Amino acid sequence: MSLAAHLPVLQVVVPLLSAPLAVLVRHGGLAFGLVTAAAWAAFAMAIGLWFQVGESGTVTYHIGSWPPPWGIEYRVDRLASFVLVLVSGVAAVVLPYSRACVGREIAREQHYLYYAMFALCLAGLLGIVITGDAFNLFVFLEISSLSTYVLIALGRDRRALAASYRYLIMGSIGATFIVIGIGFLYLMTGTLNLVDMGTRLSGVENSRPVLVALAFLTVGICLKLALFPLHQWLPNAYTYAPSAVTAFLAATATKVSVYVLIRFYFTVFGESLVFHKLPLPEIMLWLSLMAMFGASAVALFQNNLKRLFAYSSVGQIGYITLGLSFDSVYGLTASVLHLFNHGLAKGAIFLLIGGLVLGLGRSGGGHGQPTLDRIAGLGRRMPITCLGIFLAGLSLIGVPGTAGFLTKWYLILAALEQGQYWLVAAVLLSSLLAVAYVWRFVEVAWFRPSAREEAGQDEVRHEAPRALLVPAWLLVLASLWFGLDTSFTVSSALDAAEALVGSGR
Amino acid sequence: MTPETALVVALGLPLVGALGIALAGRMPNLREAVTLLTALAVFATVSQLLEPVLAGQRPGLMLMEPVPGLPVAFRLEPLGMLFALIASGLWIVNSIYSIGYMRGNREPHQTRFYVFFALAIGAALAIAFAGNLFTLFLFYEALTLITYPLVTHAGTAKARTGGRIYLGILMGTSILFLLPAVIYVWYVAGHTDFRLGGILPDTVSPVVLTVLLALFMFGIGKAALMPFHRWLPAAMVAPTPVSALLHAVAVVKAGVFTVVKVVVYVFGADTLAGQTGWLAAIAGFTIVAASVVALSADNLKRRLAYSTVSQLSYVVLAAAILAPLSLMGAVLHIAAHAFGKITLFFAAGAIYTAAHKTEVSQLDGIGRRMPWTMAAFGIGALSMIGLPPAAGFVSKWYLVSGAMAQSHWLALVVILLSTLLNAAYFLPILWRAFFRPLSVEAQAHPHGEAPWPMVLALGLTALGTVTLFFLPDVPLALARQMVTLP
Repeated sequence: MSLAAHLPVLQVVVPLLSAPLAVLVRHGGLAFGLVTAAAWAAFAMAIGLWFQVGESGTVTYHIGSWPPPWGIEYRVDRLASFVLVLVSGVAAVVLPYSRACVGREIAREQHYLYYAMFALCLAGLLGIVITGDAFNLFVFLEISSLSTYVLIALGRDRRALAASYRYLIMGSIGATFIVIGIGFLYLMTGTLNLVDMGTRLSGVENSRPVLVALAFLTVGICLKLALFPLHQWLPNAYTYAPSAVTAFLAATATKVSVYVLIRFYFTVFGESLVFHKLPLPEIMLWLSLMAMFGASAVALFQNNLKRLFAYSSVGQIGYITLGLSFDSVYGLTASVLHLFNHGLAKGAIFLLIGGLVLGLGRSGGGHGQPTLDRIAGLGRRMPITCLGIFLAGLSLIGVPGTAGFLTKWYLILAALEQGQYWLVAAVLLSSLLAVAYVWRFVEVAWFRPSAREEAGQDEVRHEAPRALLVPAWLLVLASLWFGLDTSFTVSSALDAAEALVGSGR
Repeated sequence: MTPETALVVALGLPLVGALGIALAGRMPNLREAVTLLTALAVFATVSQLLEPVLAGQRPGLMLMEPVPGLPVAFRLEPLGMLFALIASGLWIVNSIYSIGYMRGNREPHQTRFYVFFALAIGAALAIAFAGNLFTLFLFYEALTLITYPLVTHAGTAKARTGGRIYLGILMGTSILFLLPAVIYVWYVAGHTDFRLGGILPDTVSPVVLTVLLALFMFGIGKAALMPFHRWLPAAMVAPTPVSALLHAVAVVKAGVFTVVKVVVYVFGADTLAGQTGWLAAIAGFTIVAASVVALSADNLKRRLAYSTVSQLSYVVLAAAILAPLSLMGAVLHIAAHAFGKITLFFAAGAIYTAAHKTEVSQLDGIGRRMPWTMAAFGIGALSMIGLPPAAGFVSKWYLVSGAMAQSHWLALVVILLSTLLNAAYFLPILWRAFFRPLSVEAQAHPHGEAPWPMVLALGLTALGTVTLFFLPDVPLALARQMVTLP
């Protein structure tokens, strides 16, 4: 068989193997080279898979040539290939950024461990997306979660430890719920293959164990994707983790969990059970609305820039789950699109905040948190960095011409289609909250005088290092580019949604 | 150059110019030369398009298609032609004026100012050329964001507050009202292209039609229909050249331009027949109420801002009357008000630069020290009142004729009342300037005219106001085309 036929397994194996290799070389620079090469290879393979899916439909791969319900199956459909591109693409951009950032944020002798953990996390996330096997999915979920806990704990701020511990507890509860849910499903169907599970469930959908499994899985996954009010772990984790880690997690981890939720709802349980027989859409709708308004409003009152955008993430996840709750092609398109668009914008923002933090460290005052007082006047010291945050912020608002606008467009179409005019108003009102918190940053960065200016001196221009700016601006430009040329994003999301919604189950 | 190429060049030049201005930032003379050359080149390119448009051509192009059936596309028609001509033509004059003003007042961050100015003109041209509602909306939002740094140029707490109101109202209305309206149009019509006679299918019920019209009219915050007019006086915190070109011409005209576009090309005058009574009433109220506020405003720029609010609603009123003659009046008023109001703002800025005076009550006897400025101010004021020989007379003529043709008595009363009010708040300024003796305080601080580039600029626009009265051929031809040809 040619190499192309093995892409699905290589997609996971390459980053997975780079992790022990990074530990073996025990050298920060070499480990960086290995893991970065693996991430770029993964990115290339994800793009390759995307094209394969486009040409020949769903790609399946049987590990060890064992045919599906017995062996583990890797399965790449439109949705999976789209998420793979996002995850591996963000990793490929964040890793070169890490090189410049990690040196200042993590002790030197731990560098190779950082890269090893990063590789494990990436492999875990890619594995979750690609696998078609429920237990394998759980294993990858644990791989990515455990490495994430370590990555967060590497943050230099001592509060990172507490944040990581909190996430460890919450994440483990989530993972336990997920494995309980999978256990119940295995009990009822006798299979672990997700597609097979879906077929076998069709007779016994209403039995109590299946409903219990649905409940456990929903709560467990929603914990991982930080659906309001299960988001408690997220703000601290994002705030105190090293900047590169925050960017990578914000862009990928919660998004992959959304993917898992979509997979279980549409492939395993089926639309009719989840959306028609149970009041799940209503619950999800209201939780989404609370996230959109509650978390965004909390974001408004944060004094730490990282926390502000962390709460904004909780709010933006509300849009994703809102789209999901419509159970329509437009709604799911909006969800899938936003998973991608928000990933790009938030990744860019957190990368650039990392640059701001570095700039703060340079001006004395040590290595600290980007509180609003400290970033005052930075728009004059680091205009390119701040402009990037602003432009990515426009995508969070959903200004036309940015990627975020398309999400809003499809979300509103979905609401119009179902005649829910009040939801149109809700989506638009919540965008105003995004305007408010993005503008809070704008006013502080450009209008407030910096400490140096208050002392009567002129602000000197001092940008973040180019090694930080280039990767971050790649994401900024991507979130603008995908607002205008959407042949990749919208077609992928529409295809994925059309394949999942209304498939008769 | 084919018309299509000219379209691309006219859209691209301001961007190139902005880049050039940024690069030449260290050398002020070169930087200003780049601004002036770009402005001249843009105007030359835009005027090349006039002949083909008058000959009935509708050049267009499509850039990209973010959502299937929703392209970013441009298509030039008579109304857009007129708006583009005004914006690009007055940009030249305004650039001359800016040089005098920014240097005369030693403003900081001049490079940033010129860069965003060029970008704002680019966005205004894109609005003028927009071929569908989506493209228009895209650049409408872009214009709001681009003008924000210009409004808050001073960087003071006052500028920040002004910026908040500016952004809050413009973004708030456009996100809350305009965006759902645009999406709804796409949802029911399947596209958002501008077509004469409207694009809404017949299935849309009158109730929905009214709601949609309300969403559009209040969503287009740049048209400053009450109660969403507060951003315009708030924007007066900006340097005067910004108030002059953007908040008397480019931004506010983009607003009323969108109003006319939506009424003529999205709804269609026939579809709306008999459903615009409330709109005429609100526009009429805005005209009168804003004039009353202007009457009591002592700050000159504030008085001019409320006068603008009032004059913008003339266009909305004209659009609401729906008669072909009044629609022509709306188009002509976009041109007439642009020339008159920019002259008035130029004069206000000249007074501030030369005499450091901002209040109407400080202007006693200033006409003797700044005769050119105040003479130009007089011509602008005549145009606002609607008296010959100023351009405002022509547009008002068509407006009144249209209202009479439709027997729209409310509109006639409003126009009459507002004419009186306009006279009541402009003529006292002239009386003060020319007939009152200089105050003791002013006698102690002698000054002459403002720097010559400013006087030249305001002389040119005053001349334009008069010329438009005697030779209104081009705007008239374009206005006539709009109501007859697709």
